[in-house]
Amino acid sequence: MKIAVLSGKGGTGKTTVALSLAQTINNAQYIDCDIEEPNGYLFLTPDIDKKLPVFVKIPRIDKDKCDLCGECARTCQFNAIAVLDSGVMVFDKLCHHCGACSIVCPQKAISKRDKKIGIIEMNKDRSFIQGKLDIGEPVGIPILKAMKTHYYRDLPVIIDCAPGAACAVVETLYNVDYCILVTEPNPFGLFDMKIAISLLKKLNKKFGIIINKAEKNKTIINEFCFFNGLEILMEIPFSERIAIDYSNGILPIANANELRTAFMNMYKTIENRVNYEANSVC
Amino acid sequence: MKICITSQGNTLESLMDTRFGRAKYFLIYDTETKETIFLKNDPQGGGAGVSAGQLMVNNDVKAIITGNIGPNAFQILKSGNIQVLKGTYKTLKENIEQYHKLSMITETVKDHSGIRKAEV
Repeated sequence: MKIAVLSGKGGTGKTTVALSLAQTINNAQYIDCDIEEPNGYLFLTPDIDKKLPVFVKIPRIDKDKCDLCGECARTCQFNAIAVLDSGVMVFDKLCHHCGACSIVCPQKAISKRDKKIGIIEMNKDRSFIQGKLDIGEPVGIPILKAMKTHYYRDLPVIIDCAPGAACAVVETLYNVDYCILVTEPNPFGLFDMKIAISLLKKLNKKFGIIINKAEKNKTIINEFCFFNGLEILMEIPFSERIAIDYSNGILPIANANELRTAFMNMYKTIENRVNYEANSVC
Repeated sequence: MKICITSQGNTLESLMDTRFGRAKYFLIYDTETKETIFLKNDPQGGGAGVSAGQLMVNNDVKAIITGNIGPNAFQILKSGNIQVLKGTYKTLKENIEQYHKLSMITETVKDHSGIRKAEV
């Protein structure tokens, strides 16, 4: 079973939740898909055994064959190519590696060259995998796609998504069975959660909500979930203890058995939702 | 000689657009025949600077009057030997008059963030 943890708003506790869940259940695989700034390794300190570079295909122009007809620039949907009298300019960072330019070139002057955009790191038993996008690279989707080939097949996979609800999150969510939406009880948390929910509905995903830094009195998130029939899986209390532990690289479940039990119960709930129920929410 | 002024509208009374790649209109102005052509610019997604730069090359423009220019467009215009001149935030008419008086030709626009480098 593949469970993705996402949030909309950044800093609500995706990593806290994803790691706590992965550490609570047996034989789970933790995947850090926040490739622009992975931070799960700070808590797990895994022994990295394998580093696999990820490459994309960028056009290479054969100057001898090219007759400057401009067909490649007209075809490129991302404006990554310009054709001048002096030659063809390729803007690597605008290229989305679709290969259309090489298909349309009448002179067959465009071949492909590899360009490294990042790496995938994992430990020996693959219980920890993270992707890292090279600094300055704008498109990380190929790394996320490559990471999928290393997911466990039959054991639980817990996926720590990037913040937001953009391409990177969409790509990560494609083949997951269940999504956990982590939010916090303030207007920002609610606003971004609504955006994430509309994405999950569009992708037709089953999901539940965790309120992190929850306060005792009922909050705007509880209200919103109540009126929209959304399931709140868990509330993690607002606590100084958790914050202190976190800044020391200690997960909240390490010092609180009741939280560990809560995560275990939540996992069982999710198993039920995935295995026995039709789309439970929305 | 053809020059281009980035414009917010499609008349000579319109204000100059300070953006290049995402300008609303391009005025292509022939300095000899005084002929004017307005091209609507509506870039979708990324690479607006590159497509605008290519448009200038394709239209045989020799000089551009605008406010700011990005690194990608700047590289294309440089390679295409197109002069980039700093306009004033006034109407196109006034910019054309100024161009004819050569009062602004001394100041050229610099690209505003030169991190992207194209492979030529």
